Amino acid sequence: MSAPAIEGWFTTGPDPTLTGERCTTCTTVYFPPTIAAAGFCRNPACGGEEFERVPLSRRGRVWSYTDAQYQPPPPYPAPEPFEPFALAAVELPEGIVVLGQVARGFGVADLRVGAEAELVVEPEAVGGALMWKWLPLGSGHVTELGEEADQ
Amino acid sequence: MSTAHPRGVAVAGVGMHPWGKWGRSFVQYGVHAARQALGDAGVPWTDVDLVVGGETVRNGYAGYVAGSTFAQALGWNGARIATSYAACATGAQALDTARARILAGLCEVALVVGADTTPKGFLAPNAGERWDDPDWLRFRLVGMTNPAYFAMYARRRMDLYGATPEDFAQVKVKNSRHGLANPNARYRKQVSVADVLASAVVSDPLHLLDICATSDGAAAVVLVSDDYARRHGLDEAVRMSAVSTVTPTFPNTVLDMPLLSTDASGGHEPAHTFKESLAVAAYEEAGIGPEDVDVAEVYDLSTALELDWIEDLGLCKRGEAESLLRAGETTIGGRMPVNPSGGLACFGEAVPAQALAQVCELTWQLRGQAEGRQVEGARVGITANQGLFGHGSAVVLVR
Repeated sequence: MSAPAIEGWFTTGPDPTLTGERCTTCTTVYFPPTIAAAGFCRNPACGGEEFERVPLSRRGRVWSYTDAQYQPPPPYPAPEPFEPFALAAVELPEGIVVLGQVARGFGVADLRVGAEAELVVEPEAVGGALMWKWLPLGSGHVTELGEEADQ
Repeated sequence: MSTAHPRGVAVAGVGMHPWGKWGRSFVQYGVHAARQALGDAGVPWTDVDLVVGGETVRNGYAGYVAGSTFAQALGWNGARIATSYAACATGAQALDTARARILAGLCEVALVVGADTTPKGFLAPNAGERWDDPDWLRFRLVGMTNPAYFAMYARRRMDLYGATPEDFAQVKVKNSRHGLANPNARYRKQVSVADVLASAVVSDPLHLLDICATSDGAAAVVLVSDDYARRHGLDEAVRMSAVSTVTPTFPNTVLDMPLLSTDASGGHEPAHTFKESLAVAAYEEAGIGPEDVDVAEVYDLSTALELDWIEDLGLCKRGEAESLLRAGETTIGGRMPVNPSGGLACFGEAVPAQALAQVCELTWQLRGQAEGRQVEGARVGITANQGLFGHGSAVVLVR
C-alpha cells in the first residue's frame, strides 16, 4: 500500500474518511486538520486551543464541479501526456465543502449540483501516492463502485 | 455613520498606463500613470505629501516597497510613504490608507499608484516544497487552478439558475463592445458568441475567452482633502464616499480561492456572503443603497463572475442576473450598465493596479469624460473585487 500524498489528512483503508479536527471548547469542526498545529480556534466567539481528531462523513452533496482540460502548473504532478481530470466540491453533513479530484473514469457529465458523492482513495497518476477523490453516486457508473472501493 | 453631508475625500485626478504586454518595468508604468493623474488633477508633484504604492509580489524587492519605489522614481520630495498588499484589492486598500490619513487631517494630497508586470499563462504558486501553504497545496494535491474555481461558480449558475454557456459568452460580447473605444484597454476587438464558444474549454463550462488574461498595466489616483480642493478650485471633483475592505465573517461557507475547503456552516448560513458583505459595508458607509447606483465596475475574472457580482452588489435578486443580461440592461444604454470600461475581459488583470483602474473608469464616467463608452447622466458608481485570503473591496464614487 502506497503512502498518502499528505500525511494525516485522510485514512486509506476500507471506507476511507477525511480527518477533521474538532475544537473541544465550541465543537467547530475543521478540515484540513491544520488547526491544532496553528493553535487557535477560528471561531471568533471561541478562545479554544485544544482539538481532537475526528473522521468526517464519507458522503456529501456536490456543491459544484468542473474539470481541468489544460495542464495545471507545478507543483501539480502531471503525467506525460497530460490526462484531463474532473474536480468536485462536495458539501458534507458537517457543513464543510471539500475540494477534490473526481474518481478516475468520471467526468462533468456524471455530476450535478446537489447529487451525492462519496469519498474514495486512488493512487496519483505520477508516483502512485494515495489521494482522496470524490466518487459520483447514482450517475449510471455505479457498477464501478466496487472497483474503486477495491483500491 | 451616514450624515447629511457624507464624509469623503475628493478624487482630484486619475491616470493610467495602457494595459498590455509591454515588457518594461512596472516602475515605468507606475510613473507614467502617476504623472497622468497629477496632470489630470493639475496638482504639482511637490504638493504630494503621501505616496501609497500597491505592492507587486513578482517584481523583486522594488515591488515589495512599491510606495518607496514610486516616490523615489518621481524624485524624493519628502512625502510620507506606505505600501499596501491585499491581493486583488491591493489598490483599494491603498486608497483606504490614503483616505484615512486625509480624513485624520494628517495629509492633504495623496498619490496612490499600482503597477504590475506579469508572466504568461496560469498564475502559479511560489516555487519549492511548501506543505503549509494553501496556495501551493491546492496545485500539488488537487491541480486546482484559478479558472477551475471560476468554473465551479459558473457551473452553480447553470445548475441552480439555468444559465447557459451562451449567457457567459454574451457577457464577453458586451464587454468587448464596451472596451472598443477605451484607449487604455488591451483587447479592442468585437468578439461574438461563436468566437467564445469556439475557443478551447479551459475548465468546463468556461472557454478561454470567458477567462481574463494577465496584463502589464498601471493606474494612479490623486486624493485631496476638502480644504485643499477648495483652495485649488477642485470643489466639483468626484467624491470617494466609501472604501469597503471588510474581511469575511465566520463561518465563510463559500468556497474561496486558494482554499481546499470552507469553514463548517454549523447548520446555519451567515446573513451575507463575503462578497455581499463588501457591498453592504460600502453602501452603509456611503449612505446609499443599490437602487442609487448608475454604473458598476466589477471584477470579471470570468464572464460568469460578472453575473455573480451583479447579484452580490444587490443590483438584482439572486439568480436574476442572466435576465438582466439577456434584456440588455447591463450594457451601456441599459438600466444598469456594468463594466463600461470593458472590464477585465478587455484589460486582463494587473493585480495591484486593477482596483485603481476601476476607480479611474468610474471617475471618468461620473465626469462625463468616458468618450465612446459614456453612461449618460451617471452620478453614482460602485466598484467590486475579491482577492485571495479574505481580501476584497468595494468603492463608491459620487458626483
